[in-house]
Amino acid sequence: MRITQGCFSFLPDLSDAQITAQVHYCLRQGWAVAIEYTDDPHPRNTYWNMSGLPMFDLQDPAGVISELNACRRANPGTYIRINAFDPTQGWETVRMSFIVQRPDSEPGFRLVRQETRGRSLHYTMESYAVARHPEGTRYRA
Amino acid sequence: MGAPDTPQQILDPRKRYQAGVLKYAQMGYWNADYEPKDTDVLAVFRITPQEGVDPIEAAAAVAGESSTATWTVVWTDRLTACDKYRAKAYRIEPVPGQDGQYFCWVAYDLDLFEEGSIANLTASIIGNVFSFKPLKAARLEDMRLPVAYVKTFRGPPTGIVVERERLEKFGRPLLGATMKPKLGLSGKNYGRVVYEALRGGLDFTKDDENINSQPFMHWRDRFLYCMEGVNQAAAQTGESKGHYLNITAGTMEEMYKRAEFARDLGSCIVMVDLIIGWTAIQSISNWCRDNDMILHMHRAGHGTYTRQKNHGVSFRVIAKWLRLAGVDHLHAGTAVGKLEGDPMTVQGFYNVCRDMVTRQDLPRGLFFDQDWASIKRVMPVASGGIHAGQMHQLLDLFGDEVVLQFGGGTIGHPLGIQAGATANRVALEAMVLARNEGRDILNEGPQILADAARWCQPLRAALDTWGDITFNYTSTDTSDFVPTASIA
Repeated sequence: MRITQGCFSFLPDLSDAQITAQVHYCLRQGWAVAIEYTDDPHPRNTYWNMSGLPMFDLQDPAGVISELNACRRANPGTYIRINAFDPTQGWETVRMSFIVQRPDSEPGFRLVRQETRGRSLHYTMESYAVARHPEGTRYRA
Repeated sequence: MGAPDTPQQILDPRKRYQAGVLKYAQMGYWNADYEPKDTDVLAVFRITPQEGVDPIEAAAAVAGESSTATWTVVWTDRLTACDKYRAKAYRIEPVPGQDGQYFCWVAYDLDLFEEGSIANLTASIIGNVFSFKPLKAARLEDMRLPVAYVKTFRGPPTGIVVERERLEKFGRPLLGATMKPKLGLSGKNYGRVVYEALRGGLDFTKDDENINSQPFMHWRDRFLYCMEGVNQAAAQTGESKGHYLNITAGTMEEMYKRAEFARDLGSCIVMVDLIIGWTAIQSISNWCRDNDMILHMHRAGHGTYTRQKNHGVSFRVIAKWLRLAGVDHLHAGTAVGKLEGDPMTVQGFYNVCRDMVTRQDLPRGLFFDQDWASIKRVMPVASGGIHAGQMHQLLDLFGDEVVLQFGGGTIGHPLGIQAGATANRVALEAMVLARNEGRDILNEGPQILADAARWCQPLRAALDTWGDITFNYTSTDTSDFVPTASIA
């Protein structure tokens, strides 16, 4: 399967040149770019690991690519995403988020159906990778 | 403005309160020198006086009949601070290019309205005056709601920011589809359509306005099968998904029952129709606030009073009332689809939903600055006769903060529902990527879509099927300040 979180997951994986162009867009909007990674991509896992702080004073998108490459080297076989934060009053949240690295093989999620009262079910999603291995070793064959 | 012999306010109390009938202007409902206070509720009406009725007297009548007046003088006015409670028509202008029509501005003191009640506001502003005989027609065009009044409402329970944080979806419009056929499917078949559309790439699917609990599908079956589709699709994509479960019902008690079942099944969103009424909307909004639920508003019925320009209530006013009443999603038009909507007028509706401060913008039909006092933003929804081939126009018109809903454009895809959803998602992501790269999507859009269709067969099939479909009719509800345009 292919996890379709982030705003470009239905496109072919972005090249570094394409990532740079998107970062440039974020900087033009006045957003601070941050890099995060995880090996627990459950859609409710909102706090991925921060690869450093958001780059608040960065002017040049090339700076993000060097940080991204450092994160890729340190965390092979994980999901890495770029987030852009908008500090404008009334937003003050992430305005853009897209995946820039994913594991070669994505085993996906098991849907657990717990029968309850009447015909109702309680649904839980469980990551196969998380269930099989502890953090840090999940997507390394 | 008006005839030179327009009656003036009678200031001598003995003459003013003598039993009998006076002109509304004589009673004090017209005051050209009035300077609106920051705390006043302001309204602009478009009025069409009957032949021979002085427009200023007509404007004064609107102010009178929407505040304290009746048809004759009553001495009991003198027991009250009636000068304060009288609404004042203070400005009138002919409508450009429309003989016999006038815009009139009316100011209402804040104390005329109960805090936090759209029912009370509307009972005054549109209560009597639209049936008033001396007017052939009347339309409420816009309102300025003072910050002091806005702050008496709780507004959207979730809002755009929190909705996106809950869903973990940022940086692109959301995608939805209304389930079709809208009536007749069994629960099991209906849930299949939900599942296929979400699995193929949509964020949301939607019940239509008239799907409640009919003989072919009772509401509990619909809810159970829809949530199976939602959860199955979420697990297979690793992405949050939702289905707007329509909880509209005959009574509030029944609506709460359906809302609670939706919550217990884990749904992130419920929907209601506009026809449930203002009080019901505010009640269910409070329930949503207490239950972490997004509230989707389908504006069923609005066309009966919003579409014709000479009579009714503009949708921009309805949108303002709904933002105060507290909805999270609001259908606000597509401009390019099958339903009524002049592009600039529709953009005006979107501004009302999304701005922190809406600025006066006459070409977009916005007569006033409106400070929203930090109540949350409403996510507008574009739904009705749109397809992947229009993606560049939709993104250009509405930006990222919108739900684009392709019902027929998903479910009618020649390769199936999943393919239809994928075509829309790929078209959207390709267009956002290109826009962010600085490309001129309005002109290059068809090429951007064609390039993506080279590697995405579902998109190619969608463009082959619908690429040339347009609904190029002249709109009815158009701007009075720019030439009427339509988009093909």
